[in-house]
Amino acid sequence: MRHILSILLENEAGALSRVVGLFSARAYNIDSLTVSTTEDPTLSRMTIVTHGSDEVIEQITKQLNKLIEVVKVIDLNESDHIEREMMLIKVRATGKDREEMKRMADIFRGRIIDVTEKTYTIELTGTSDKLGAFIEAIDRSVILETVRTGASGIGRGERILKI
Amino acid sequence: MQISGAEILVRSLQEEGVEFVFGYPGGAVLEIYDAIFRQQEFKHVLVRHEQAAVHAADAYSRSCDKVGVALVTSGPGATNAVTGIATAYMDSVPMVVISGQVSTPAIGLDAFQEVDMVGITRPCVKHNFLVKDINELATTIKKAFYIAATGRPGPVVVDVPKDVTQQLAEFHYPESVSIRSYVPVTRGHPGQIKKAASLLAEAKRPYIYVGGGAVQGGASAEVTELVKMLGVPCTNTLMGLGAYPGDDRQFLGMLGMHGTYEANMAMQYCDVLIAVGARFDDRVISVPSHFLAQPKKIVHIDIDPSSIAKRVKVDVPIVGDVKHVLRDLIDLMKQNGQRPDAANLAGWWKQIEQWRSYNSLLYTPSTEFIKPQSVVQKLYEITGGDAIITSDVGQHQMWAAQYYPFKRPKQWLNSGGLGTMGFGLPAAIGAQLANPNAQVACITGEGSIQMNIQELSTAKQYHTPVKVIALNNRYLGMVRQWQEFFYGTRYAESYMDALPDFVGIAEAYGHVGMKIENPADVEGALREAFSPALKERLVFMDFRTDQSENVFPMIQNGKGLDQMDLPPHMRELQIAPFENNRDYGNMC
Ligand SMILES: Cc1cc2nc3c(=O)[nH]c(=O)nc-3n(C[C@H](O)[C@H](O)[C@H](O)COP(=O)(O)OP(=O)(O)OC[C@H]3O[C@@H](n4cnc5c(N)ncnc54)[C@H](O)[C@@H]3O)c2cc1C
Ligand SMILES: Cc1ncc(C[n+]2csc(CCOP(=O)(O)OP(=O)(O)O)c2C)c(N)n1
Ligand SMILES: [Mg+2]
Repeated sequence: MRHILSILLENEAGALSRVVGLFSARAYNIDSLTVSTTEDPTLSRMTIVTHGSDEVIEQITKQLNKLIEVVKVIDLNESDHIEREMMLIKVRATGKDREEMKRMADIFRGRIIDVTEKTYTIELTGTSDKLGAFIEAIDRSVILETVRTGASGIGRGERILKI
Repeated sequence: MQISGAEILVRSLQEEGVEFVFGYPGGAVLEIYDAIFRQQEFKHVLVRHEQAAVHAADAYSRSCDKVGVALVTSGPGATNAVTGIATAYMDSVPMVVISGQVSTPAIGLDAFQEVDMVGITRPCVKHNFLVKDINELATTIKKAFYIAATGRPGPVVVDVPKDVTQQLAEFHYPESVSIRSYVPVTRGHPGQIKKAASLLAEAKRPYIYVGGGAVQGGASAEVTELVKMLGVPCTNTLMGLGAYPGDDRQFLGMLGMHGTYEANMAMQYCDVLIAVGARFDDRVISVPSHFLAQPKKIVHIDIDPSSIAKRVKVDVPIVGDVKHVLRDLIDLMKQNGQRPDAANLAGWWKQIEQWRSYNSLLYTPSTEFIKPQSVVQKLYEITGGDAIITSDVGQHQMWAAQYYPFKRPKQWLNSGGLGTMGFGLPAAIGAQLANPNAQVACITGEGSIQMNIQELSTAKQYHTPVKVIALNNRYLGMVRQWQEFFYGTRYAESYMDALPDFVGIAEAYGHVGMKIENPADVEGALREAFSPALKERLVFMDFRTDQSENVFPMIQNGKGLDQMDLPPHMRELQIAPFENNRDYGNMC
C-alpha cells in the first residue's frame, strides 16, 4: 500500500544521503521524495512517498527513527492529511491545440506561466493523482516536457509535526 | 590557550579515559601521531594492518566495559578499516574510529589518498561525522563516545581532515552532550512488563532465549536470577554465550544452525518465549514461518525498536534496556508471587531431558586423528573454563562455541553477524590488553589465521602472551562441509595447498611454536603452553586435526528448528518426528 511519510530531520550535511542510503540499502521503495528547510533553519522537513506491506512500512519507520539525525517520523496515512504536488508541464500550443490546452488548464485549475508562439508552460498543483489525471486527459503527443516536485504532505486540523 | 586540532583530539581522548588507541600512521594523521608522541596518558598500539586495529579495539571493548578506539590514516588506511567497522556494527560493539582525511580545501578533488570515508562507512556505522571546523572537534568526539556507548551500541567514525588537526583553537571538553534527535530508551513500559509476567506465569512450556544484548547490556545477573527464580530452561545465541552460565543444568546450550538438539527443539515447541536482547537471526530461527507454525506467545525485549517485529511478529514487544526491564519483571513477579505451574514445568523438563539424553554433541573419539572437539574440551579443562576465548570463523568457531561452556559474559569474543575471518588474533591482542591477568586463547583455523597472521608481530611488540589454538584441518572446513552436504563433495577451492610451517612462522616472529599431530599429545602440549614457564609467551599451537570432521547438529537452509541434520549416533536412533499434539497430552 502507498504511504506518505513526513520526516523532521536535522538540517545537516549528509542527513539526506543517510535517509536515501537507508532506502536503497534495505531495498525499500521511494516513489517520491521532497525536502527543504523549515521555518526553523536547523531543521529540514522531508516527505517520502513509498509503498510496501504494513510490516515493511513499520520497519521503514523504525529504521528512519534510528538514524541519529532524524528527529521525528510520522506516517501521514494514519490519519487525515493533505497532500500536494506541483507539476510544470510544457505543451505544444499551436493551431487547435492552443485553445484546447488553455481549456484543459482551466478545468484542472492550472495556470499558464510561460507562453511562446508554439508552447504553453502550465503550472499545476494537486494530489499526485490529479497531476496524473491531467497527463492522461491531454493528448500525449502535445507534451514536450514535464517536471514534478513529488508530493509534500501535512496532517489535517490540529495534528502537527514539530519538536 | 590555543592548541592544535591534533592536541584537542588527543586531550578529548584523555578526557574520555581512553587507555589504548589501536592504530597505524600515515600522512593525514601525522599531526595526531605527533600529539600522541608528546603525551603519556594513553598508550598507542601499533598494529600491522588497519583491519587488525579495528578488531583489536573492538575486542578490547567487548572484553571490558569501555569504548574501543582505533586510529587510521586517510585513503587506504581508512578502507582497510572498513571490514573491522562492519564487523563491530553487525555485533553492536561500541567503538570510535578516527580516520584522517585530506585537508578540507582538497576534499572532492580526488586528492592523494582521498576517499569519502563518511560515504563508504555510512551503511555500517551507528553514526559518522566529518569534522570541518576545529571548533566542533571536541564536541564531536564527545558525541561520538556518547552515541557509540548508549542505546544499541555501535561503531562511530570521526573523519578528521588534516588541516583541522593543524589549526589552533581553545580546548573545552563538554561535560555532557544531549542530542535532541537521539534519546535512547532505558525503562520498559510497565504495562508491557505486566503482560510479560502474566504470560510467563501462565506458560506451560516457557523458554528464555538470551542474546548478545544481555552481554552488551551487562544483564547477566538479571538473566540468571530470572531463570533460577522461575526454574525454566534457557538458551543463548552465539552472541549471548556466557550471559547465562554454560555449565548450569537449566542451560540447554546454544541454539540455532549449530545449536544443540534440546535447545532447538525447545525453541520450536515452547509455548511462551522470552527473547532477551536477541534478534531472531536467520542463523537462529531459520525460516520464520516454520518457527511460527508451532503456536507460541513471544515477548521480545530489545533496546532497538527496529529489532522487534523485523523477522518475527511478537505478542509483547518491550523496548528498553534488558537490565532494567528484567529487573522490573523479576520484581513484579516476585511481588505478585507469579510463577509457572510446577506440574506443567515438570512435564516440560521431562521432555527436555529426553531430548538432552540423545547427547547431540557426542562425537566419535579417535586414537588416530585429533578430534577438534577434543582439543576444545581439553582447553576448557586446562584453563578451568576461565580463559577469554576469541575465535575466527568456520568450523573451529562452532566447536569453540559448543565445547567450551562459557561461565560469564564477555568471555567469548567472536564475529557472529558479519562472520569475519581474521578477527581472532587481533581480537585476542585487544582482549589481553584489556585483561592483562587473564588467560586469552584464540581458537582459529589454518585458513582464518592467515587473514591477519601479521599480527603475531604486534603481539610480540606489546607482549601479549595469547595462546593461538589452530585447529588445522587443511581445509576451509566450513566451506568443505557445505560442499560435502550440498555440492556432491566437489571441494571447489576449499583445500589449501602450500600451507606454511606455522611453527616456523611463530618462531620467526619470536614466539613459541608447537605442532601436535597425535591425539595422545594434545593434553601434554596444552598443559605446556599454559604452564608457568610459558606464561609470558605467545604460543602458536598447530593441531593437525581430523580433516573430515563436520559440525553437528546442523540446520540446513530452508529447514526448521526441529529438522536438524543430526550426528551419526543420533541418526542411528531414528528418532520419530516430535508430534506436538500427541505428546503434550500427557506431558503437561
Ligand atoms: C559460521 C557461523 C555460524 C553461526 N551459527 C550460529 C548458530 O548456530 N547459532 C547462533 O545463535 N548464531 C549463529 N551465528 C551467529 C549469527 O549470525 C548472529 O550473529 C547471532 O545469532 C546474533 O545473535 P543475537 O540474536 O544474540 O544478536 P546480536 O547480534 O548480539 O544483537 C543483540 C540484540 O540485542 C539488542 N541489544 C543490545 N544492547 C541491548 C540492551 N542493553 N538492552 C536490550 N537490548 C539490547 C540489540 O538491539 C540487538 O537486537 C553464526 C555465525 C557464523 C559466522
Ligand atoms: C573474510 C572472509 N572470507 C570468506 C569467508 C567464508 N568462510 C566462512 S568459514 C570459511 C572457512 C574457514 O576456514 P578455516 O579458518 O580453516 O576454519 P575451519 O572451518 O576449517 O575450521 C570461509 C572461507 C568468511 N567468513 N570471511
Ligand atoms: Mg581449516
